[in-house]
Amino acid sequence: MSGWAIPAAICLGLVAGVLSGVFGVGGGIIFVPTLLLLGLGQVEAAATSLLAVVPTAATGALRQRAYGNLRHRAALVIGAVSVVGAELGVQIATRLDEDVIRRAFGVLLVVVAARLALSARREPRRYPDVS
Amino acid sequence: MVARLALIGLVAGVFSTVFGVGGGIVVVPLLISFVGLPTHAAAATSLGAILVTATAGALLYAFRGDVRVGYALLIGIPAVAGALVGTQLQQRLSGRALTLAFSAFVAVIGVRLIL
Repeated sequence: MSGWAIPAAICLGLVAGVLSGVFGVGGGIIFVPTLLLLGLGQVEAAATSLLAVVPTAATGALRQRAYGNLRHRAALVIGAVSVVGAELGVQIATRLDEDVIRRAFGVLLVVVAARLALSARREPRRYPDVS
Repeated sequence: MVARLALIGLVAGVFSTVFGVGGGIVVVPLLISFVGLPTHAAAATSLGAILVTATAGALLYAFRGDVRVGYALLIGIPAVAGALVGTQLQQRLSGRALTLAFSAFVAVIGVRLIL
């Protein structure tokens, strides 16, 4: 590992945390490439990323709870069922062509992004929606 | 309502393993459009769901010996600091601004996956 890798990893960790807090994602999208950069293998990077997501998501969720934004029961249901979904995903992933599904998901995300941007037009410019 | 939430969880779990991106990117837009949560609440609830999923996933991998705790701390500690900044920052954004920013974020990741 070269000398700049550790400071770079710390900076990328910070960026992942900010993205997590602002957008409500875990941060794995930054963590996994960062860990690969540090020389970990694909499986180790995925596993280690999940452990790093735990304190990151916990911090964001606790802060959001204080702001009154967290819907506890919904979070529990989604989280618990997604553990089952992950197992199903493993079965699907081993049966399909990786490049095809990756691109299909990319297209789906672009469509979702466009729909969200259109729905934002209906929202007020100021802040009343989390009161 | 529980059925819809369970469906979101199922979709998030499948997508996170098949595409290698976390469930959050799927959960947030689904909570907005399918359950009708405001954007801030959707992001908050997504984090709660991810906490459950990531804890289960990390434990499973840890039993198999794949987790490197030192590396997790190296990126996880700065990420905790970042998350404090991020959630604070999010509270200053209107629902509209946050939705637009999130859609830009999702679009970038979508394009990255296509290329």
